[in-house]
Parts: sequence; C-alpha cells; structure tokens
Amino acid sequence: MLRIVLRRLGATIPVMLVVAVVVFLMLHLSAGDPAAIIAGDNATEEDIALLRKSLGLDRPLAEQFVQWIWQLAQGDLGVSIFNRVPVATMIAQRMEPTIALTVLTMTLAVSLAVPLGVLAAWRVGTWVDHTIMALAVAAFSCPVFLIGYALVQQFARTWKVLPVQGYTPLSEGLVPFLLHLALPAISLGLIYTALLARMTRSTMLEVLGEDYIRTARAKGLGVRQVLLQHGLRNAAVPIVTTIGLGIALLIGGVVVAESVFAIPGIGRLTVEALQQRDYPVIQGVILVSSLAYVLVNLLIDLSYLLLDPRIRY
Amino acid sequence: MTDSPVLQIEDLRTQFLTHGGIAKAVDGVSYHVNRGETLGVVGESGCGKSVTALSVMRLVPDPPGRIVSGRVLLHGQDLLELDEAAMRRVRGNRIGMIFQEPMTSLNPVLTVGRQIEEVVALHQNLPARQAAERAVEMLRLVQIPEPQRRAREYPHQLSGGMRQRVMIAMALSCNPEVLIADEPTTALDVTIQAQILELIREIQQRTGTAIVLITHDLGVIAETADRVVVMYAGKKVEEAPVTALFDAPLHPYTRGLMVSMPRLDSPLGPERGELPEIPGMVPSLSALPEGCRFAPRCPLAVQQCREEPPLIEYAPGHVAACWRAGE
Ligand SMILES: Nc1ncnc2c1ncn2[C@@H]1O[C@H](COP(=O)(O)OP(=O)(O)O)[C@@H](O)[C@H]1O
Ligand SMILES: [Mg+2]
Repeated sequence: MLRIVLRRLGATIPVMLVVAVVVFLMLHLSAGDPAAIIAGDNATEEDIALLRKSLGLDRPLAEQFVQWIWQLAQGDLGVSIFNRVPVATMIAQRMEPTIALTVLTMTLAVSLAVPLGVLAAWRVGTWVDHTIMALAVAAFSCPVFLIGYALVQQFARTWKVLPVQGYTPLSEGLVPFLLHLALPAISLGLIYTALLARMTRSTMLEVLGEDYIRTARAKGLGVRQVLLQHGLRNAAVPIVTTIGLGIALLIGGVVVAESVFAIPGIGRLTVEALQQRDYPVIQGVILVSSLAYVLVNLLIDLSYLLLDPRIRY
Repeated sequence: MTDSPVLQIEDLRTQFLTHGGIAKAVDGVSYHVNRGETLGVVGESGCGKSVTALSVMRLVPDPPGRIVSGRVLLHGQDLLELDEAAMRRVRGNRIGMIFQEPMTSLNPVLTVGRQIEEVVALHQNLPARQAAERAVEMLRLVQIPEPQRRAREYPHQLSGGMRQRVMIAMALSCNPEVLIADEPTTALDVTIQAQILELIREIQQRTGTAIVLITHDLGVIAETADRVVVMYAGKKVEEAPVTALFDAPLHPYTRGLMVSMPRLDSPLGPERGELPEIPGMVPSLSALPEGCRFAPRCPLAVQQCREEPPLIEYAPGHVAACWRAGE
C-alpha cells in the first residue's frame, strides 16, 4: 500500500512540471516583456533595464526556467509586484477561507445528495423519486450568483438570521465561522448536490438490479443493509469519482462565491491579481490550485483501492 | 424421514404487468416437497420455474410482478400472509436459495467469509467471532480447501465452481428446512456440475434438508431428483416419481423433452444444438392459446385439446394434464 502511494505520488511530479512550464511560458512568451510588466506602467526605460538585470531576465530562457523551478522547489513563489509581499505568504493568508468553504460545501453536498440519491433509487418511479429528481433539475439550472443573491435576500436581509457577507476565521469560534459560511456554502453546493444526487440515483439503480442484491435479499437482510452494505458499497466508486470531479469544478465556483459574499480567499486574491496584472501572484495561484487538483485526484484514485478489491494499480 | 410436506405450494398465480399485457408467468401451480426429498422442477427456459421459486421467497420484482393468489405453506404456515419482517426471518434462515449465476450472485466488494457471516449473524444472533468461525466451518463443509484463507478472499479470486460452493455454504449456513436451488449448475462446466450435484446430495443426506432443484436439464433430474414436476408455460403439466417419469412419461411435452435430452451414448455426441428439439416456440405468456397450452406444438393434438385438460392421476403419485395421456 505504502509503495503504491509513493509511486503514485512520484507520478504527479511530471504532471506538475508540465503545469510549471505552462505557467512559466505564460509570463515569458505571451505577456510581452516581463520586466516591463513587473516594473509597472510608470517605470522609465532605465528602471526596466535595471529590473531586467536584477531579476536575471536577460539570461537565456532555459536558465531562467531552471532558476525558477529551483526556487519553487524551495517554496519560493516569487514576490507580488503590487505590494512586494512574498506570494507564498499571500496565498497562505488566503488559504483558510477557501479551504473552509470548499470542505463545508462538499460536506453539505455529499451528506445531502448521497442519501437523497439512494432514497430516490430505492423508491424509483414513486412520487418520492419524482420529487427528488425535480428538485435536482431545478437546483441544477440555477447559477451560483442567483441562488446566492436570493438566499442573502431571504435569510440575511428579510429574516436577518444570517450575516450578509464576510468571513470570520475558525479561531474566533465555530458558530460565527459556520454562520458566515452557511449561505456561500449552500449557494455553491446546490449544483453539486443536484449533480451528485442524480449520479448516486442512477448508479444505485444499476447496482440494485444486480444479482448479488437479490442474493442479499434472499438472505433475509433488511432494507438498510441491502441498500447500504450491498448497494452503496458497490456504487461507491462512481460516486466518489463524481465527488472528486465536484471538488475540481468547485475551484471555478469558489471565485464567484467569494466575490458575491466578500470572502477573502484564494478566489478573491485571483480576481485582485488579475485586475492588477500581478503576474507572480497569478502564477502562484495557478500552481497551488493545480497542485491541489492533482492531489485531490490522487486521493480519489487511492480511495478506489479501499472501495473495490478488484482494483489494483 | 417423515412424509409430511415441508413446503407446499397451492394454486400459485404470479403475473407480470408488461407492455404486451399481463404475463401469467405462474398460473395455478401446486407442488410440495418432503423432508429429505429432492423435488426436481423441469421445463424449457421461460416456463415459470424461477418465478415460482421467487414467489416462495416473496422476491418477485414488484413492479412489474405480483403474486395474485395461492398459498405457500411452510410447515402449514402461509408465507404469503406474513408481514415483511416475519418474511425476512424466513429468508436465508428457514428457506435457503441458490441462484444460477455464481459469477454475479456474490457481492464483489465483500469477502466471501463476510457474506456468510452476515447471514449467520443475522438469523442466529451470533457474536462476530462465532459467526466468523461458523463461516469457515461452512466453507469446510462445502469442501473448499484452505477455508480459513478462502474466507478472507473476494469472489473474483475464486473460480465459478468455488463461488457456487460459497453460495451453497451461504444458503445452508442457518440449517434451513428447505433449499431452493435454481439451476445451480447450469453455468458450470460438466465436471464441476457433477461435483456440485454430488455435494448437494451429500449435504442433504447429512441434514435431511428438503430440496427443490430447478433445472431445464433432464439429465440433472435423472441424477438427483426423487420426484419431478414438469412445467410448461406457467403450468404444471406432469408430476411423477423420477423412475416412473423416465419409464412412462405421460405428457407429450415430457416425451419431447426426453427426446431432446443429450445422451453421452448418442452418436451425435453431447452437443445440444445437434439434437432434435421440440418443434415450435413457447407461447407468449400474455397471449396464451385457448385450452392446452402445448397443443400448437403437440404432435398428438386433437380437437379436444381446445379445452383445458385437467390434472389427472394415472398411477400413484403420477399425474398429467393431457387429454391423450391415458391412451
Ligand atoms: N422481471 C420480469 N419482468 C417481466 N416478466 C418477467 C420477469 N421475470 C420473469 N418474467 C416472465 O416470467 C416468465 C417465466 O420466467 P422464469 O420463471 O424466469 O422462467 P424459467 O422457467 O426459465 O426460470 C418469463 O417468460 C417472463 O415472461
Ligand atoms: Mg430460471
């Protein structure tokens, strides 16, 4: 098992290298003169020349790349052009809200969608199934910002039970932390809940038609054991795959949710960096989110080993 | 060995609501099985053998299926009247069932030991460790080598024959009064088939379990059954002790089955496809002919066959539903 984990971890290195090359070339090839960009709009020719030399931008591209990778390997993501703070520090400061929002959203989605999907499959063709699926379609066709504004209007402005915007870190207490994240997580999570519920339902439907489910029932097992131990266990791989996909897709949704709810996370940082053309920050964000994506995928892959004894890497 | 029926099915009717109408898959079938006895149920594929068995277990997929009427008596108690919780205490406990497809009938993500433990723990209220011991013991009983190790393996690590042994172990783990084996060897090759049948026979001698052995293969019937029920298009058309059936089959359908039965001494060899089949097709269960359902395919059919023939006893324990059976 440990050997498999290490081997798979090793296999992510080439992937991350490709990402690094793309990110590096993004600045050096497509954006024009990096020195001019980094120096900003008000810099003189001498400023730019000086900067180019001090940053090593006058050396060959390959050499610069090696230098850059070397720094990355040591955790040095460069320095923000805008406020001269190390990019790594900036990202670290913005990490908590984003991770909190993502984890809460996915937890909410999974704990709602999987039971609903199983229930719909078990009661297929009945009004229970029809209602759950109708809700899923409705949730699926509402964009995040629309749900967000509607929820804010109702819960925050009309009923005043939840804060309109903002974020309080976990260190200031669980309740205010959760209250602030509730609306963003719900509006962001609704689509994933819908997606996952549909996926769970269709996978479960397929599994419930299998011969071993008939065997389980012929053993006299009750509904719960048949559905969970024999049904859901066999539906787990596709469901977990969808969860993983959801986390990846969430990276885009988080940017919107953080803007709508004024949450100081990575999404907001990205928007700010783009507006300010703060290239080192943009590069850093892309690298870190790619790494997160690759690691989530790795985790999903490894979870298959536990979920299905037939799978061997 | 007593002769009181352990399981008795009376006038069972099970129907499916399909696009083409109501399919009368089981249409007034009655049979019984005694303690220590093996009842063979034979008939072409689609004649309602499995649906009868699933009706006994009350596992007919609903929708589209429904048990319309009849009684299923287990030691005189009608299973069709039990509530679901009471029925669950019968399944796997008092009636065990084995299915045709050993490759797909076991749960692929649970160890085989676990799948046996589960049923023992459920019905016998055993603590986990004893249930695990019982599972290994059952694997030993069905002659799986190295049962300790095999118990920790998953179905995909076992061969088809082994898996069917596991199914048997599972079905017998709570010492059921009745074992229903639905084509237990059909998916297996000939040598494995013989071993599995031998195993079932051995276990029966030891435990006295009543067995309902469903098959479309008269060869299997000849080897294992004490008494035989022949089914055609949802009905019982003949019933007889096994020797009587082979010595003097009464129904033309039974005779047709015997003619098309593969024989090792046949010059054509055991290849089923080369042997003469009964001409024609099994009628659609939602558009059955009037009268005798076999008449359209029957070489002996006469005018009278437009009326439904009753089941008549021609010799002790030998009944048939055919107007011309007495001739
Ligand atoms: N799930 C089902 N849905 C609709 N019809 C079914 C279903 N299962 C069985 N039937 C009908 O019942 C008939 C008898 O099936 P079955 O008992 O499985 O035959 P066999 O004798 O081969 O075991 C079939 O011909 C089919 O018309
Ligand atoms: Mg069948």
